[in-house]
Amino acid sequence: MIEIEPIYLTILGLLLLSIVLCAIRIFIGPTAPDRVVGLDTINTLVIVGMVVFGFAKNSIIYIDVAIVYALLSYISTLFIAKYLEGGDF
Amino acid sequence: MLSVIVDIIVYIFLIIGIFFNLLAGLGLLRFPDVYTRLHAGTKCTTFGSIFLCGSVIILGLKMWYLGNTDGSVLVIHTAGALIAILITNPTGAHAIARAAHRSGVKPYGAVVDDLEGKPIRKSAREKKGVGK
Repeated sequence: MIEIEPIYLTILGLLLLSIVLCAIRIFIGPTAPDRVVGLDTINTLVIVGMVVFGFAKNSIIYIDVAIVYALLSYISTLFIAKYLEGGDF
Repeated sequence: MLSVIVDIIVYIFLIIGIFFNLLAGLGLLRFPDVYTRLHAGTKCTTFGSIFLCGSVIILGLKMWYLGNTDGSVLVIHTAGALIAILITNPTGAHAIARAAHRSGVKPYGAVVDDLEGKPIRKSAREKKGVGK
């Protein structure tokens, strides 16, 4: 029998380590697209982290929040990319 | 017996998923320019997310099989989150790469840029023939 809670909380800690690495790239990134790439990666990792945390704590509401967060972060990424690209909308 | 096999599969899925997610952060720090960082940041997180969400789906199916009806909600909602990731992540990466190229970022060590000077997409005003 697998012990769900400690294993998935360990996974969440490792995901937070990966998020910290992406945050370093956001701070030192030389150009603006570098920072957007870091932000996009952080968004995906946060979505997975929400799914993992919701499963570890057995509260399904976190997974619903993850779905909404995925769609909103997609819209924000598209909008920043469109802004960097320039030109008229 | 079935429970043991399912647990071994879940452990393998967790190891693969967290390995690729850590690799995404590492590659984002180590690669030299935007386009290679985009490879690391997008593909690795998509692949790792498939396996991490897959492990949750497998354990939810096991809960459902053992008679706990919370498992059905868990499986369906996690599948929804996974589908949202799978649709939005490559599309956003494509948009970022195009924006980076059009805003003038060159690939690291590039000698010839094949796409230079070519309009990738005409703006709406040029299509209508208004303006210049």
